[in-house]
Amino acid sequence: MTQPETLTIDVGGFATRVWRAGSGPKLGWFAGFGGLPRWMPFLDELAKTRTVIVPSLPGFPGGDRGHAVLDTHLDWLVAVKQILDKADLRGADLAGSSVGASLALEAAALWPDAVGKLALIAPFGLFDDKNPPTDPWAQRANDVPGLMCADPAVWTAMKAPPEGSNSIEWPIEQVRASEAAARIFWPLGNTRIEKRLSLITAPTLLLWGEQDRIMPRAYADAFAAGLAGPATIRTIPGAGHLAELDKPAEVAAEIAAFLAD
Amino acid sequence: MKLMWFHLMPYTELPEDFRDTQPSVWVDIHSSLFDPKRAHLMYNDFMDELEYAAEVGFDAVCVNEHHSNGYGLMPSPNLIASSLARRTRDTALCVMGNSLALYNPPTRVAEEFAMIDCISGGRLIAGFPVGTPMDTCYAYGTNPSQLRQRYMEAHDLVMRAWTEKETFAFNGRFNQQRYVNIWPRPVQTPHPPIWVPGGGSVETWRWCAEMSYVYCYLSYYGYKAGKATMDGYWSEMDKLGKDRNPYQAGFLQFVGVGESRQHAFDLYAEAAEYFYGRCLHVDPKWATPPGYSSEGSQRAGLESQVKKAADSSGRVKSNGERIASTAREMQGIVDNGYVIIGSPDEVAEQLREVATSLNVGHLMLLLQYGNMSKDLCRYNTKLFADAVMPKLRDIHAGWTDHWWPRPMEASMRANVPAFTPKLAAE
Repeated sequence: MTQPETLTIDVGGFATRVWRAGSGPKLGWFAGFGGLPRWMPFLDELAKTRTVIVPSLPGFPGGDRGHAVLDTHLDWLVAVKQILDKADLRGADLAGSSVGASLALEAAALWPDAVGKLALIAPFGLFDDKNPPTDPWAQRANDVPGLMCADPAVWTAMKAPPEGSNSIEWPIEQVRASEAAARIFWPLGNTRIEKRLSLITAPTLLLWGEQDRIMPRAYADAFAAGLAGPATIRTIPGAGHLAELDKPAEVAAEIAAFLAD
Repeated sequence: MKLMWFHLMPYTELPEDFRDTQPSVWVDIHSSLFDPKRAHLMYNDFMDELEYAAEVGFDAVCVNEHHSNGYGLMPSPNLIASSLARRTRDTALCVMGNSLALYNPPTRVAEEFAMIDCISGGRLIAGFPVGTPMDTCYAYGTNPSQLRQRYMEAHDLVMRAWTEKETFAFNGRFNQQRYVNIWPRPVQTPHPPIWVPGGGSVETWRWCAEMSYVYCYLSYYGYKAGKATMDGYWSEMDKLGKDRNPYQAGFLQFVGVGESRQHAFDLYAEAAEYFYGRCLHVDPKWATPPGYSSEGSQRAGLESQVKKAADSSGRVKSNGERIASTAREMQGIVDNGYVIIGSPDEVAEQLREVATSLNVGHLMLLLQYGNMSKDLCRYNTKLFADAVMPKLRDIHAGWTDHWWPRPMEASMRANVPAFTPKLAAE
């Protein structure tokens, strides 16, 4: 695996990690539920053809406790705008997953000139009463891996403390990631993003794990129908909600093909 | 020593196979299990029981707030307290309490508590819980990542609403009100005593110490499990250089009094097993919304795990651990100290030990629990009042209770006759 370059930017007074790897046109990555406690093979795949820039989001691993000062959705979006500017992502294509994908969509709606193409995996933000997403925060601990990934072991490995990590602070950081997601999306995951989808003109790829047990596949159609720009939906066989963890090569190939188009 | 009588108001007719057929007593308990016509009788029995406890001489009657909960039928304890204000004379009314962050705007709490304080002539104890995860984050949908910040702000707003003389603007992070000026105002000045029920978080202990509030540990797991928490509280008080005044603490304890230990065991087994078996059947998925436990509390919990404290009861357990390890048979319930049973002398002896070893001046006693019948509840209550209470009065005699209501003089208070439907009878 590559060792990315690590930079630090200031977001609302909090030191925030930005990883950078590869070469070529810039591509931003906003991580999904749980964030990125460690680098992952999927990012190596993206870095084969692009300069991948991976800023942490407030409260997610690498994002310190920045979530704690963000009280409203507007606060979050302003933080995302700061991140795009300071991480050198202005005008770049953006990819993201789950909770991060939702914020990439918001950025494209509010600051269309700052965002190129969008490649998104199962974004949060909508809520259909008749087909609700699974509540990720009301789960027994041992059920979570199987909800996030088709192969629970993949999630477990992502979250397992690396050798030499702090056995107290590591688990707290993982809870904080879940809390940060809750701070934006509690209780339903509904940010009323449907009101802003019509502002999004960026060409958008919507990827969905065939075995997504959090966000029903029908949400792909709802997002596609709301977007003003062209939207393509692709399903990833054998993948769960965080498809990039289950099927890194396949997801990266779909994204590369879409961006090259 | 203050002896207070606490009612949870459990639904008493949960089916026998509840544990096996239902997911949880809380949050998603099924509506088909609730019969409003049976609940009519339960509420009236429960309110009779509270009034009876006041009549036989308990220092206070206590009610609390739960939502979507099969063992706690008081989404609004204030409704019960206002009725008790009319049906009792001198007993303190302990509302334990209103979960501040759930009220929008939180001035609602300032208003309703002021109403109860006025109606009762200044007998209110104002409890300010954060509230459990089940009540706050799930049943009421409050964001767990904001719950404590909202609680603290609501506290500040309520205190200002009670104490400031002029109309003011509240410019909070979560609450903005241009004109705060509550009518009525509380009888007690500057405000009713504040008691804070909480789990074992260092932040809560420190806050109670600094604000001079009563810290209460309302656990269903008795004095043996509660010792670690109360020790933690007092050690924090020591660190901050505060007195060990036992009246700055409250503790909840289930009790069953009989003629002998065996008699009590037999009398209360069904009710206790109903409570620990059916009422505490909570799905662990509701136990830990992220952000509900502060990082300081998480750290303390993890550190004590890492140290592998030789005695597992020597540390504060998480909600999930508690739920998983609860004893549900009477023998285990008694052995673990969840319920203290015995003859009056035996109960008095054990409670003396609880009050002194935990250094608690306010014992909140659960003498009704589970599906206990009204008759048995009255028996337990009366026997306690007659034969246990007098043996405990002297405990902590050297200390002054600065956290007890200061009602209006009795001669100044309204004469509130019991309800007598004369016209209907004529």
